[in-house]
Amino acid sequence: MLCPNGAIFFALFKFGLFLTRKQNENPMTAPTETKTRPTYYEELRERGYSRRDFMKFCTVMAAYLGLEASGAAQISKALMTTPRLPVIWLHFQECTCCSESFIRSSHPMVADIILDKISLDYSETLMAASGHAAEAVMQKTMKDHYGEYVLCVEGSVSDYGDGEFCCIGGKSSRDILKEAAAGAKAIIGWGSCACNGCVQAAKPNPTHATPIHKLVRGKPIIKVPGCPPIGEVMAGTLIHIITFGTLPELDRVGRPKAFYSKRVHDSCYRRPYYDAGLFVESFDDENSKKGYCLYKVGCKGPMTYNSCGVIKWNNGTSYPIQSGHGCFGCTEENYWDNGPIYKQMASFPGFGIESNADKIGMIAAGAAVAGVAVHALATNVQKMGLIKKAIQEGKDAEQELKNPLSKS
Amino acid sequence: MKGRTLRRVFVWELPVRIFHWLNALAIVVLCVTGYLIGNPPALMSSVEASNRYLFGIIRFLHLAAAYIFIFNFAFRIYWGFVGNKYAQWKNFIPTSRTYFKEIWKVFRIDILLKPRTEHLSVGHNALAGFMYFFIFLASAFMVLTGFGLFAGMSTWWLPKLFAWVPSLFGDSEFSVRNWHHSVMWLFVVFTIIHVYLVMYHDYVEGRGELSSMGGGWKFIEEEVFEADQHAEQEAEKVKTRA
Ligand code: SF4
Ligand code: SF4
Repeated sequence: MLCPNGAIFFALFKFGLFLTRKQNENPMTAPTETKTRPTYYEELRERGYSRRDFMKFCTVMAAYLGLEASGAAQISKALMTTPRLPVIWLHFQECTCCSESFIRSSHPMVADIILDKISLDYSETLMAASGHAAEAVMQKTMKDHYGEYVLCVEGSVSDYGDGEFCCIGGKSSRDILKEAAAGAKAIIGWGSCACNGCVQAAKPNPTHATPIHKLVRGKPIIKVPGCPPIGEVMAGTLIHIITFGTLPELDRVGRPKAFYSKRVHDSCYRRPYYDAGLFVESFDDENSKKGYCLYKVGCKGPMTYNSCGVIKWNNGTSYPIQSGHGCFGCTEENYWDNGPIYKQMASFPGFGIESNADKIGMIAAGAAVAGVAVHALATNVQKMGLIKKAIQEGKDAEQELKNPLSKS
Repeated sequence: MKGRTLRRVFVWELPVRIFHWLNALAIVVLCVTGYLIGNPPALMSSVEASNRYLFGIIRFLHLAAAYIFIFNFAFRIYWGFVGNKYAQWKNFIPTSRTYFKEIWKVFRIDILLKPRTEHLSVGHNALAGFMYFFIFLASAFMVLTGFGLFAGMSTWWLPKLFAWVPSLFGDSEFSVRNWHHSVMWLFVVFTIIHVYLVMYHDYVEGRGELSSMGGGWKFIEEEVFEADQHAEQEAEKVKTRA
């Protein structure tokens, strides 16, 4: 078992196996319904995966998606009965780290099942065809599966001028997106580029890099941000669509709740140090060796929603905070323009780089104290008459009052 | 020299005074803990994390003070409708030309320190009232952004109602947090000026400004009191004639 929660997975796996065995006795669910496109299961068997591998995969996916014990059976049933989902995967202004992350997700079948020849009808990075042949494949997929395919977009779109900053096959990224979006059943934005523009959209954003939800209207869009997103999160999102035929439940920003409902901070194993007030002060100090919380060296975990602390990266090996580096909030809107990576407070807009709110606040408070002092001095000068009168009045009263000691 | 005759006026009702001091306490706690949350002190310690909960306590104090601040604030809004004339909302939100005229007069007398020609309001003066209005707005902003930040980790429905707040800040909790932190300084500056001006009034006018938040009493000159009554009677007459 790859996962640390082996026991749970094993239990789920067993249960899933039990359910699917029962289903197999029912001839209605036999995977022979479509002649045109094979099911995932058929393709996988053809590629030499055993049924056992397949069931393991379903179980792992069900656990990642947070489904109940019967989830694995639902997934396996879907993969055995539904013909594979046509997928068009577009690349625009990006670095392909999302694809990289995806094909390295912990279960090898993830890459095989979705990418590779099995499901991907069009992907510049991974398809064998190129040039006009590739374009023809995309056109054909769009025509044959109009209204059925899932459009995956990796990268932001240049919304500048005629779109000349990002052209593929002589077409601007904007036009390609609009054309492909028209017949899509749903759109998935992979990574922060497609979801919030990422680094290309950071100020001054010379190419007018634009996330897809600002360009496509009237289509369900799932955002799977991250730089890159975790491979298992990407796979889980697709598996959900395949299994249930619906979009996963999304949060306010449009991210699948199964993976983005918790802050990195809330699942961080360094959280006890945070609560204890024990912080790394600089990357080479004693505290950092002890593994204290990275908040003061700029960790943005408290504002960042992702599953890094739970699913982790590279087959659950580690994640940035575990490796000693703070989170920099890669799943959040506008994260490149939200202040320095290694500081907690952003610089204050319009007051230069080193000016955080506290410095300006202290200057303002100092100015208030100075102003008040000047006013106090001026009061004593300007209102001298008034004050003197009051003092005199008080002194007179004091005189007029009998001395209590001389009372007879 | 003959002294002034002063007349005792009941200005601040008990609920207003309680509000004031709870509010003051909450603001002090909120500012101190808020500052610490943004700038945690450097502690070198070999104590295991399981034996300490310092930052947790700081955050708890911040949240507890925030709830006191919020419900106290809500109560004050309610009291702005049922309280006495010095507590009424009209003291804070300008509804007439006289309000603006008075702001200008107060500005001349108390800020530019020009000689006083007439007696001004007994409760809040117009300029102070107007400033409090801005501080109320800032308070509302803090409540909004604070709940907005808290919604993501809260399980109670009340903070959860504010989950939409980050969308006002480009869906970025980073900016919500920065704004929430920056506006804190407004309260610090306000407090400095507020405390100073209370002392200023007490010093220059000698009418019990500083102690009024204790017992609720202020003192005004007998002549002013009578002039005020006279003016009111005149106004009544005009009203009944019309
Ligand atoms: S390292 Fe970051 S995410 Fe972890 S507890 Fe500290 S601030 Fe939170
Ligand atoms: S730890 Fe933070 S910055 Fe790093 S991958 Fe996770 S969400 Fe992104």
